[in-house]
Amino acid sequence: MRHIISILLENEAGALSRVAGLFSARGYNIESLTVAATEDPSLSRMTLVTRGSDQIVEQITKQLNKLIEVVKLIDLTEGEHIERELMLIKVVADSGESREEVKRLVDIFRGNVIDVTTTTYTIELTGPGDKLDAFIAALADVKILETVRSGVSGISRGEKSLHI
Amino acid sequence: MELNGADILCRSLADEGVEYLFGYPGGAVLHIYDAIYKQDKFQHILVRHEQAATHAADGYARSTGKPGVVLVTSGPGATNAVTGIATAYMDSIPMVVITGQVPTSMIGNDAFQEVDSVGITRPCVKHNFLVKDVKDLAETVKKAFYIASTGRPGPVLIDIPKDVTAEKADYSYPEKVDIRSYNPVTKGHPKQIKRAVELMLEAKRPVLYTGGGVILDDASQYLVELAQKLNFPVTNTLMGLGAYPATERQFLGMLGMHGTYEANMSMHHTDVLIAIGARFDDRVTGNIEKFCPEARIIHVDVDPASISKNVSVDVPIVGTVGSVLQDMLKLLNEIEQPAEQKASLVEWWRQIDEWRAMDCLKFTQGDEVIKPQYVVQKLWEVTQGDAFVTSDVGQHQMFAAQYYKFDKPRRWINSGGLGTMGFGLPAAMGVQLAHPDATVACVTGEGSIQMNIQELSTCLQYALPIKVISLNNRYLGMVRQWQEFFYQSRYSMSYMDALPDFKALAESYGHVGMRIEKPGDVEGALLEAMKLKDRLVFMDFVTDQTENVYPMIPAGAGLNEMILV
Repeated sequence: MRHIISILLENEAGALSRVAGLFSARGYNIESLTVAATEDPSLSRMTLVTRGSDQIVEQITKQLNKLIEVVKLIDLTEGEHIERELMLIKVVADSGESREEVKRLVDIFRGNVIDVTTTTYTIELTGPGDKLDAFIAALADVKILETVRSGVSGISRGEKSLHI
Repeated sequence: MELNGADILCRSLADEGVEYLFGYPGGAVLHIYDAIYKQDKFQHILVRHEQAATHAADGYARSTGKPGVVLVTSGPGATNAVTGIATAYMDSIPMVVITGQVPTSMIGNDAFQEVDSVGITRPCVKHNFLVKDVKDLAETVKKAFYIASTGRPGPVLIDIPKDVTAEKADYSYPEKVDIRSYNPVTKGHPKQIKRAVELMLEAKRPVLYTGGGVILDDASQYLVELAQKLNFPVTNTLMGLGAYPATERQFLGMLGMHGTYEANMSMHHTDVLIAIGARFDDRVTGNIEKFCPEARIIHVDVDPASISKNVSVDVPIVGTVGSVLQDMLKLLNEIEQPAEQKASLVEWWRQIDEWRAMDCLKFTQGDEVIKPQYVVQKLWEVTQGDAFVTSDVGQHQMFAAQYYKFDKPRRWINSGGLGTMGFGLPAAMGVQLAHPDATVACVTGEGSIQMNIQELSTCLQYALPIKVISLNNRYLGMVRQWQEFFYQSRYSMSYMDALPDFKALAESYGHVGMRIEKPGDVEGALLEAMKLKDRLVFMDFVTDQTENVYPMIPAGAGLNEMILV
């Protein structure tokens, strides 16, 4: 099962490597990991996507909670939640036809072309991971030069929130 | 008052009540050593290798319950200490390790004796700190002691760059410390405790399986009270020995790979297993698929991550062992034990006594060759079961665990989780310093003792009258045993050729050396050694080369599938 674990941790040097180290030391997998400071500069918010049986995910959350710098965490997948990922993708668009085709796809997926040269488009697209996958698939014969994905950020739906 | 970082560190340690600091100087900690020179609040013990400093601090901690404290220099000082830190981590021993570091301006430059101590130790500490500002130093020390000694204890490392020890700041030691992200649980959930007590009273074939957690939380008296109130049998893990008196009727002995027949059979047949401060280690459970097939399981542990990690349990209780046991006792004092249970316990004890009658630890001591078991048994008799016993790792460790009957907690000091050879002698130094008048015996082998034998020099310097009981079989015995059983007796590298003359070696270090070759001399030699109250005596017992540790559960087998002889 895929789980999205949201973590509030002390915004301190070394906190990230403690989390990453825990995963490698105990053989848990990380599908994606994003982290940045929150509105409270002493705290970072991390979203971590992992896969494992219920028993493994229970161990993961318990072990994470044991890290001194972890202030609080929730498994977002236990409730209603929203997940988003940002993708920046640079493609070859060097003929009138391909430029038209790519622009049309970007519109359908509600993305933006954020940088243009005579031969390339750089596209910004946000959404759940499968939407980004679908966009890449839809590009079909368009040559991709670079793909940059942020990894998943997640938040609970409704009034529920992760705060201290 | 304004002090430099080195003085702040020393003042903080003194204010924390530290008695002994185990360490070894070097470039990055010279300011600190200068501050140590100028103070008289605690004593610094100079070891001969940094690994020994950590083990000595560990022995001090295990035998007193107070955190052991270590000071080493940067680079190799820190890396040498890692084995001892990992040893303490695996056995949840409170320890504070201070490592020197190159000056902050040079961190990351591959400076002389630079190593990323925080990075290297991260997976084997409870927490670690790099102090970059002298103003944070005192508070960091306070936090380190707090984290090391609360919740599930463990080692905490403080890495201090050299310039931080020279800079000045106002000193005041914080009264208390608050860490918003660290709030260890103490009391167990009352509802869960009630459920556990109800389940315990339904049991027909209960077993109390208890581990190092009972000792770490100083909860032995409550365990004894609970067990005796209910007439339940008790088995201890290797780490838990001494939590329940070994000479008492309800004690089944140690369980697990080299546990007793009665302990392992009781585990296999129990219907309600009460696990207290134990972590279902693979050396205890054997094949997890075959573990306690009929049991509903109650598990009390201070660390939620220990619960349902290896074995899924029915009634989890997160809390300190002592408080949970007391809460259980309170409930039990209000309820009469059901007559039905009393009756089933009669039957259960009859079964257990039948297993016990197998006498699985019996051995025959002939006239010619000394059996290692015999030495430990005689050590127990001669010390009247009242010594502190440290051990190294291997066959002698198992013999010590099986044949020395520990009646008190904190008397059995061994590296259970990490299995660190070289632990015994330095650990004994820490124990002896903490208990200057007690008998401290280090049961070891000719393999293990050589991993930290240089500490004989430390023992001379501080006049530590440790009794080293070396069971010398000229083999790495446990390796040899596995090779005999599982590799058709291909003894690859398990033979120790070119051994030193240990008697002469001990003498050259200024101690008393003995070599004992005949069974008839064992008791006399031990008695003579114990009389030498102020001397370290190194006793080189020449033992049976091919003796094996029994019973044994081979890898992949269940607890009911022991090899008995």
